[in-house]
Amino acid sequence: MAEPIRKITPEEDPAPEREPRLIGKPFRRVDGRAKVTGATRFADDLSFPRMCWVRLVRSTVPHAVIRSIDLGEAEKVPGVLGFLTGKDFPIPFGILPVSQDEHALCPDKVRFVGDPVVAVAATTEDAAYEAAWKVKVDYEPLPTIGSVQEALDTPEPRIHDYGDEGNLHKVVSMTFGAVEEGFAAADEIFEDTIWYEGNTHLPMEQHSAVAVPEDDDRVTLWSSSQTPHYVHRALTKVLGLPASRIRVVACSNGGGFGGKSDPFNHEIVVAKMALKLGRPVKITLTREEVFLCHRGRHPVLMSVKTGIKRESDGRVSITAQRLQTALDGGAYGSYGVASTYYTGALQTVTYKMPAYEFQGVRAFTNKPPCGPKRGHGTPQPRFAFEVHLDKIAAKTGLNPADLRLGMLAEPDTVTANWLRVGTMGLGKCIEAVVAGSGFRERWGKLPPGRGLGLACGSYLCGAGLPIYWNHMPQSGVMIKLDRSGGVAVFCGQAEIGQGSDSVLAAIVAEILGVSLSDIRLCVADTDLTPVDLGSYSSRVTLMMGNAAVQAAERAREQIAQAVGQQLEIPSGRLVFADGRVFDATDPDTGLSFQDAVIATEARFGTLATTGSYIPPRSPGKYRGAGVGPSPAYSYSAAVIEVEVDPATGLWNPLHVWIAHDIGKSINPVLVMGQVEGGVYMGLGEVMMEESAFRRLPRHLSNALVHKFPSMLEYKSPSFADMPPVTTYLIEDPDPQGPFGAKEVGQGPLLPVMPAVANAIYDAVGVRIDQSPIHPHMVLKALQAKAKGDEARFGPKAFPEVDFGETLLVPTPAQGGDGKAINDFKDKLRSGMRSASGTMMSREEALRNKKVSVLTTELKGAR
Amino acid sequence: MLRLPAFRFLQPKTLGEAAAMLAGEPEARLVAGGTDLWPNLKRRHQKAQTVVSLMRLPELRGLHVNGGLRLGATALLADIETDTQVRARWPSLATAIASISSPPLRNMGTIGGNVCVDTRCTYYNQTEDWRRSIGYCLKAEGSTCWVATSSPTCLAHTASDSAPMLCALGAQARLVAPDGEREIPLEQLYQDDGIQYLAKRSDEILTDLLVPGEADAAHCRSAFWKLRRRGTIDFAVLSAAVALWTDPSGEVTRARIYLGAVGSQPVAATDAAQFLIGKPLTAETLAEAARLARKPAYPMDNTDFQAQWRGTMVVQYTEAALREAAGLPVERLAPRHLPVVAG
Repeated sequence: MAEPIRKITPEEDPAPEREPRLIGKPFRRVDGRAKVTGATRFADDLSFPRMCWVRLVRSTVPHAVIRSIDLGEAEKVPGVLGFLTGKDFPIPFGILPVSQDEHALCPDKVRFVGDPVVAVAATTEDAAYEAAWKVKVDYEPLPTIGSVQEALDTPEPRIHDYGDEGNLHKVVSMTFGAVEEGFAAADEIFEDTIWYEGNTHLPMEQHSAVAVPEDDDRVTLWSSSQTPHYVHRALTKVLGLPASRIRVVACSNGGGFGGKSDPFNHEIVVAKMALKLGRPVKITLTREEVFLCHRGRHPVLMSVKTGIKRESDGRVSITAQRLQTALDGGAYGSYGVASTYYTGALQTVTYKMPAYEFQGVRAFTNKPPCGPKRGHGTPQPRFAFEVHLDKIAAKTGLNPADLRLGMLAEPDTVTANWLRVGTMGLGKCIEAVVAGSGFRERWGKLPPGRGLGLACGSYLCGAGLPIYWNHMPQSGVMIKLDRSGGVAVFCGQAEIGQGSDSVLAAIVAEILGVSLSDIRLCVADTDLTPVDLGSYSSRVTLMMGNAAVQAAERAREQIAQAVGQQLEIPSGRLVFADGRVFDATDPDTGLSFQDAVIATEARFGTLATTGSYIPPRSPGKYRGAGVGPSPAYSYSAAVIEVEVDPATGLWNPLHVWIAHDIGKSINPVLVMGQVEGGVYMGLGEVMMEESAFRRLPRHLSNALVHKFPSMLEYKSPSFADMPPVTTYLIEDPDPQGPFGAKEVGQGPLLPVMPAVANAIYDAVGVRIDQSPIHPHMVLKALQAKAKGDEARFGPKAFPEVDFGETLLVPTPAQGGDGKAINDFKDKLRSGMRSASGTMMSREEALRNKKVSVLTTELKGAR
Repeated sequence: MLRLPAFRFLQPKTLGEAAAMLAGEPEARLVAGGTDLWPNLKRRHQKAQTVVSLMRLPELRGLHVNGGLRLGATALLADIETDTQVRARWPSLATAIASISSPPLRNMGTIGGNVCVDTRCTYYNQTEDWRRSIGYCLKAEGSTCWVATSSPTCLAHTASDSAPMLCALGAQARLVAPDGEREIPLEQLYQDDGIQYLAKRSDEILTDLLVPGEADAAHCRSAFWKLRRRGTIDFAVLSAAVALWTDPSGEVTRARIYLGAVGSQPVAATDAAQFLIGKPLTAETLAEAARLARKPAYPMDNTDFQAQWRGTMVVQYTEAALREAAGLPVERLAPRHLPVVAG
């Protein structure tokens, strides 16, 4: 087991304090020039001698048994080299141990339009396309499920033969503290039903993968993946090869946003095809296929009920909250079990909530699988919560900023659902955007059609537990130094555009006192780099960063020891800066960094150091407690100004003020870029983006298709639609983060959507309880208001769901120990309620392994 | 990525040569900038054995202003929208053209191509895989119009931004065939069928568009309003093009109102236009005319935005365009929907 990070106190720090040269200052990203000039090699840029192409034949029906596959015509196409079908892939895979429900190619049935059935390899892309078109698949149609309600109404036939019941993949119910008592003690109860439509990541780069076979049944896969380590594991499982013979390299991703964090069919197919044909094999998905791979935002219907108390000092406090969520999961598990828990987990970290109940259900439907998109499962309930709070503010007469400032969760506390909150900068975030936007002076006072809305959010700085249960580091960094004076840094992290390469290089350069150009990075290569779990859950800066700090400090200590001896000065007096190692008291006495490394290599031999990171243990011990814990939480607040045309319902965002509690910026330019990117993506979600589906009239057709899988008709904002953004970075270094840094990749998206909904209310006095907010909704609500009806557009009711017996977890305030008091093992009978989350205790990991085996056997038997 | 299918590509150098090629191969498709045809061929919802390019025909080039405006069919959209004379004399046409797609596509796209641009529908503008998943549709390879399954005709909507404005301005189209040429009012180039939306023989080539001098800003008040989701790129989901002529007393002597994207052809709002004749351009008369424009519009659920709401917007947008033409203030959101004319 790796040593914990040694926190170096000022007394024992061998290096004297000095001003940071890089950290906290704007510097050009290390991959910037290559990205701008086109030198970056994305997966689709790769080409190898004798390389051939694969095209996947995807299902054209939403739910059916595969009767037969006819390759006769396809085989005749000149240039065709071979085929793979479901028979070649008996072993299932999936990102979560509890949801091993995907096959590289469907063996027996298809579950959505786009499910891959056959893979065709040919010498040219054209021939592969032509042959794919000529493959004939005969289907026996099955009834389709298009929504959570339909899944509830249609337990049979099941889309999958596992899951909590019928077509419900996952049913969760957890109660933290005295919820009913909280409601009873409330002065007022608020209830809302809110809908959040699904949407997708829309990365500029389509997924692409190239597999190259080598001798001895070895294969290397280059792929646009956020999680090469998990792809490596899936390949190992499905190909049946030892992990040591499979190498996965993640190329720079042209955007990920969560959409490239599952192992995908096409990655496994090209690896298998390369081994089969003995030549390199490539696939690049079309834009339509990217929509079909999806793993995007779950559509979620929510019911939120909150009890509030008016305190004598004018503040309002929450006495209890119940949140119910219903997720439309699509056709496969993906991260869905985690997504389900995430729709409930982070409701507690922003405002004090002494009692909390969460009930969630995820249904299988015959649509592309949903998964993690920026904010993973939390933007939907955050939208509901922040809109709900705006209504509470309106009813209680409090300014929305004051309402929130009066109920903030406190730093260094444990929430009702056992999440440990460390630094907590939400108050400062609110103050910053309120001051910047003139919210106190202008909110509620703008002319008709103009409005301001405020909302907040919080996100993880890395999931506390890995996706599969293990004791090993979640991130590892290795540094190799030699007489060249260059510093080679190895880490499994994947650069997906967020700037993680720059963070890694800067941390090492800062500690060793060298320039960024002296750093050579080798990343995201399962053969060459230490494992890092990947670019998801906003984990990289914190986890990789801490591992990098440890590796660099170890290198610095070694060098200091050697240099100190050579110069005959105490190593503790040595400063590493500006490419030199020198005496703090006599800066002219010292060595160049290169000479310092030469002295160290001469003294200790070949030089390499490692660093690793494991997050602290979370206090929660109940089933499902694995989702939500994080070493630290980032906070964001936004004020958005909108204009609304009451005659048409059309509205525009005019300005966004957003503050983000970053802990400490490694590079403020990158941080601001991520904040603005989050704002842009959030505006897209609330303005227009939706993964909409079409069903044709049932008496004429069984079709159920993505409405518009193209970048022209899936509307996402353009430059012309983006309002000015004013960003405030709130810095309060968090002891858990490298140099105090927290995440920024996901959090700033969260407040955007509810801030818009709240601003529309301020502008025209109607509530749109759903996202995106289309103009016809605003117009409908305005018409209702004019008629004296409820001035609202939104869902009417939450479906009736049997959430089963709730898990009762006493809160820290109640003296709980983090465990549930009624965790009955018999709920696991016959796999009906596999209650574990993404992240699980050891016992659960073992149980889940059984579940996975069971699923495989069922599939094989059919 | 999606690949272009193989086809024969012909590049005639004279109009006569082109007409002869078309006469010899009636199924051949014409291409100019290719911004519509190439993506359509990639998705296979249009097919072609032979494609005849018009880009080397000198007769079709250029933009000529004397009394009126003559636009060669292969005049580039970007050249028209930035032409100082066009912007001064036919500003609403410059506005309409500047609202087409995005700058790179306007640098390639031509006015003839935009006038003849294929009708659009979200059941049709899809890849072959997608269309196979719905059993195809009436417009291509299928037998059912999924927009309205009882409809005997295809309901794909006109997607041209220049067409409604040119129609409102009273533009003429010149068509050349091997056996002669004809000049027709542009609105007669269209018919109400999503498939055969052009009333043009397959061997006819659209060569010129002629905008009369009497439709210029000195004689005519005109305006173009476009509804779309984003401030760029998007096709119209509704457009309102109006041209008004008044006598010295301010009474309307002639009015032409055309709506885009709410039918398979540019829709003439004749009742609305007729209503204005002999009336002054007051807020009240314009509002009533706009109300009358609703009836001939048939927004369907085959493009962006809710169809019913788009119907309501016909009145709003027609009124906005009329008010702008009349010089009355338009109290409505401009951003996203009204393009900014570069300059």
